[in-house]
Amino acid sequence: MIRWRRRALTCQELVELVTDYADGALSPSERRRFERHVNACPGCAEYVEQMSRIPALVRSAAPRGTGLTPDAERSLLDAFREWHRDGG
Amino acid sequence: MPDRPDGVRRDDLATAAALAAGDEAAFADLVRELSPSLIRLARTYVGSHAVAEEIVQDVWVSVFRGITGYEGRASLSTWVHRICARASLRRATSERRSMPFADAFDDGPTVDPERFVAVDARENPRSWSSAPRPWRAQPEDQVLRAEQRTAVSVAVESLPVRQRLVLVMRDVEGFSADEVCQALDLSEGHQRVLLHRARAHVRNRLDEEVGA
Repeated sequence: MIRWRRRALTCQELVELVTDYADGALSPSERRRFERHVNACPGCAEYVEQMSRIPALVRSAAPRGTGLTPDAERSLLDAFREWHRDGG
Repeated sequence: MPDRPDGVRRDDLATAAALAAGDEAAFADLVRELSPSLIRLARTYVGSHAVAEEIVQDVWVSVFRGITGYEGRASLSTWVHRICARASLRRATSERRSMPFADAFDDGPTVDPERFVAVDARENPRSWSSAPRPWRAQPEDQVLRAEQRTAVSVAVESLPVRQRLVLVMRDVEGFSADEVCQALDLSEGHQRVLLHRARAHVRNRLDEEVGA
């Protein structure tokens, strides 16, 4: 099918492409289409902006990771030592 | 830990060689470096922190026993995370904490269709009918207010397992898309769908909390 011009993106379609866009997974022409829409649409510009903040917000809210307890670490090192000694 | 550029994969091969040679200090360093992330990963599959720790201990034993199998194709961190993901899945499945892998939220729109003008409307079909409003007291990256932090945490905890895994590995641990695909046995496309849905869900929840 020959198309003269690609139909512009709708807002409802655009919101599903935000992560593809952020990951650089859109083709150059899809990317241009995406940007053209965002530049002309305050609603989508706001949505894209909010989505772009999510990674940092998730990081801020993530509980501090805890490692193994000292006992667990100790017994792991023992196992490692034994394994090596036994010719591992 | 995110992948470092290819040239620095030497470090990983050197570490692996050190482990194979019985270098306890190298092993202890690696354990301390990766365990928080591994425990977080295991914890996503299983119900309890204690079980997650058990899994991670077993994972480390598998790591040193199998260290000669590390060839430097992926980063050492990715390799270890993959072992952990598989071990966690086996444990979760065997305990019948079976994660519904046909994740209930894996398809359908991520934004409520009610927010858009109907597809058959004459004017501006499928454009915003109720556009997102700027968040009041814009959540700052550094200082997240208590209610907002809770909203985000609850949102993340309520995600289906694989969406949570991808979100945490990409956005908290900083793994690349490729590394996550390797660690979790996902295609690039599927990984991105999971990430998209996870972020959209968190945004929606946060929007309810802070939206004007």
